[in-house]
Amino acid sequence: MSINDQIVADFVKNKIEFITSVPCKQLAGVLNQIDATDSFTHVPCNREDEGIGLCAGATMGGKRSAIIMQNTAIGVTINALVTLTQFYRMPLPMLISYRGEVGEPVACQVEMAVHTKDLLNQLRIPTYHFHHKDDVNELDGILNHCFMSRKPVAILTDATFWKGAE
Amino acid sequence: MIRSDVIKTLVPFISDKLVVTNIGLPSQEMHLIDDQPSNFYMLGTMGLASSIGLGLALAQDKKVLVIDGDGSVLMNFGTFPTIANNPAKNYILLIIDNGSYGSTGDQITYSGKKTNMTEVARACGCENVIECSAEETADVVKAAFESDEMTIIISKCESGNIKVPVIEHDPVMIKERFMKEVAK
Ligand SMILES: Cc1ncc(C[n+]2csc(CCOP(=O)(O)OP(=O)(O)O)c2C)c(N)n1
Ligand SMILES: [Mg+2]
Repeated sequence: MSINDQIVADFVKNKIEFITSVPCKQLAGVLNQIDATDSFTHVPCNREDEGIGLCAGATMGGKRSAIIMQNTAIGVTINALVTLTQFYRMPLPMLISYRGEVGEPVACQVEMAVHTKDLLNQLRIPTYHFHHKDDVNELDGILNHCFMSRKPVAILTDATFWKGAE
Repeated sequence: MIRSDVIKTLVPFISDKLVVTNIGLPSQEMHLIDDQPSNFYMLGTMGLASSIGLGLALAQDKKVLVIDGDGSVLMNFGTFPTIANNPAKNYILLIIDNGSYGSTGDQITYSGKKTNMTEVARACGCENVIECSAEETADVVKAAFESDEMTIIISKCESGNIKVPVIEHDPVMIKERFMKEVAK
């Protein structure tokens, strides 16, 4: 099974039905796969904090939700994550492309990469880093953990991980 | 009429409806005038009321009324294209446009100056956008509940605030009792 197939299969297995996203080159494949899967309502957002609002609403409407985004967006989501997702105690898997790691062609992306884990750590968001393609095998357990604990959870997926998917 | 007057005119027919209220005074006024488990009070997160309501409307079939503010919608203008392109028949967005950041002391917003919220919503692709006076608002909202179409309402009212206590409810309690109403 390809990495994209496995991610989508784990989303389905964990009953995720509502997805919001802002694209990243690294996430193009998984987003295509999501659009090709009937069981998801995919509502692209214009900025990731808006997406976190959409997910909070869908969650209260009884649909498990997830956000797919780039690590450069972590800054704009902080207030929403803290005062909405965490304060009201809602689960939210965040599938994040970890741009700016080894293999990154765009220097500017490194500037946010060096802050990514510190920010997530400061927010006390359980964070998992997928580097090797086999790390995807952790996803099912992570999603289960997210819904069990009713917390936002970050899955950082770097260039080496996606390269393994090719 | 100021925001709290408008909210009072809605209470007789929204008590049993799912209502998402914006941060600050809109939530506090709803809480004071008609606290209900079917109200989701935002205690923070300025800007996201319309997004929370849209996610909720897309996830289930009950009608959802969002009571938002002009300043908050200005902060999250990206919401209009998302609403327009993902229409939910059961979604009613009421923007109380008092032309000010009421909850922080009525500092004027750009909506109180040159920016026309109604035209922005339409330009973003929203189809059923109704601008009305504060006095007309209850009738327009009532009609939206009876219709089968997504409705964006911009209620032009005066700025001004009444004194209201802060909400002391625990956020998890607000969410849990609200979700019970959703699932009923
Ligand atoms: C990110 C952020 N910035 C600023 C504030 C302070 N704040 C709270 S409510 C509010 C005004 C909201 O204005 P509007 O949406 O027009 O609602 P009104 O109070 O006028 O009904 C502001 C600026 C905040 N809570 N969060
Ligand atoms: Mg206002």
